[in-house]
Amino acid sequence: MRVKPWMIAAPLLFTPFSLARAADTLDTGDTAWMIVSTALVMMMTPAGLALFYGGMSRYKNLLNTIAMTIVAYCLGSVIWVLWGYSLAFGPDHGGIVGGLTHLFMNGIGVDSLQGSIPTYVFALFQMTFACITVALVLGSIVDRMKFSSWIVFTVLWITLIYCPIAHWVWGGGWMGSMGALDFAGGTVVHINAGVAGLVLALVLGKRIGYGKESMFPSSITLTALGAALLWFGWFGFNAGSQLAADGIAGSAFLVTNTSAAIGALAWMFAEWTVSKKPTVLGMASGIVAGLVAITPAAGFVNMPASLVIGAGAGLLGYVGVTVLKRKLGYDDSLDAFGVHGVCGIWGALATGLFANPAVNEAGRGLFYGNPKQLWIQIISIVATAVFTAVGTIILIYITRFITGGLRVAKESEIEGLDSALHGERGFEII
Amino acid sequence: MKKIEAIIKPFKLDDVKEALNEIGIQGMTISEVKGYGRQKGHKEIYRGAEYIVDFIPKVKIEIVVEAERAENIVEKIREAANTGKIGDGKIFVSPIEEAIRVRTGETGKDAI
Repeated sequence: MRVKPWMIAAPLLFTPFSLARAADTLDTGDTAWMIVSTALVMMMTPAGLALFYGGMSRYKNLLNTIAMTIVAYCLGSVIWVLWGYSLAFGPDHGGIVGGLTHLFMNGIGVDSLQGSIPTYVFALFQMTFACITVALVLGSIVDRMKFSSWIVFTVLWITLIYCPIAHWVWGGGWMGSMGALDFAGGTVVHINAGVAGLVLALVLGKRIGYGKESMFPSSITLTALGAALLWFGWFGFNAGSQLAADGIAGSAFLVTNTSAAIGALAWMFAEWTVSKKPTVLGMASGIVAGLVAITPAAGFVNMPASLVIGAGAGLLGYVGVTVLKRKLGYDDSLDAFGVHGVCGIWGALATGLFANPAVNEAGRGLFYGNPKQLWIQIISIVATAVFTAVGTIILIYITRFITGGLRVAKESEIEGLDSALHGERGFEII
Repeated sequence: MKKIEAIIKPFKLDDVKEALNEIGIQGMTISEVKGYGRQKGHKEIYRGAEYIVDFIPKVKIEIVVEAERAENIVEKIREAANTGKIGDGKIFVSPIEEAIRVRTGETGKDAI
């Protein structure tokens, strides 16, 4: 029974590679799918993540959280077409960064192709990844960061952290050449965002009253809806990362859904056992944990592996936000590190274990006779985490210098950022 | 004149209103309030962080009546709002000096 998924995928295995080699003939099916995928991933930031995070932030900071998410998407969109795409996907310089050849999308026209899809579609697809990655970071620091600092930080961080790492893995850089497997962004997106969030949370410090007063989420309803939109968009994120409408994309689609579902169940049952209530916030968090962990593995593993990866993510995420956070004492407001960092690391490791050449000949993990892959995965995780941590600290201090401090005034923090910074309120309550 | 303030469990509001209608009470003011007494609060857990919810939602009913009717009304409210469990609420009775109907300017008994 368990051989079925890869048996179906097997005949399709060689198709994408022959396409990529023959390159440069446009495939209308692939192009249509990639335009849809791009639109799906776009939705994850200003809709999915905005609601997911907004619902978890306090009632007085709900709009500020949504504002930071929207502005991250808008800034990312502009930076990407000005210089971000060129830095990440321009001609390689020493395996470290792309060049400035494609500044302002220079040299790319309607006839330019990336594999079997127009370069414009490829660039926009990659742009949505840059946008959501920086937006994920803000989960660690809601309720207390200056909006101006967030804007400056976003510009610097996409340019100097995201673009190089995306280049390392997907743009022809050293990590991809080394053979690191990251199908849709375990290192580039989730470990990267999780570690940056943790560093930012540590530098900013805890929220006033953290650990003493109750910080109720403004609306678990919004968070649950946000998680559902993220799940929906993630089909474009993972199945779209094949950059083709083929069997591997179908396999990625299947394992993505399975991992999300079992991640939610694992988190829910863990919570039910330990704290006696199966919460909706727990289910929503488990969905995201499962999705994060399957991201690097999506196009490489079969269905049974996705059950293990998803269940592991649900349990690790639960431990990450309940035990780890309390023990280490940092205030990662909405658990960007606890969920994305921890489950991203798990997913990247699991890819090195479960990558199955029957699904995708590009990946062979420890369980299929290639122990070296696990080692490569560890190097890619450590390199990403170290580069992000050090780079983010430097950018934080530059941002602090530019905007004259990172944190809102104490009175603003107590009043709430919706009112103090935006002059609005999320809910009309008499 | 007396003012009767009853703090009750929200789901008992309809029972109390009906019981008072039966004895001819024609108006009341209610508000949603929060508080705690012997019932204390409860605990909610979000991603492992425990928050104590001290203040529990209740409904407060206010009625101003002629002094001699107060005792009967208090009894009716008590019967209707009683579940026998902790947290059923409290009733307070206090004297009222004056009442004025805004539209006509009537005062005292005529105004209530």
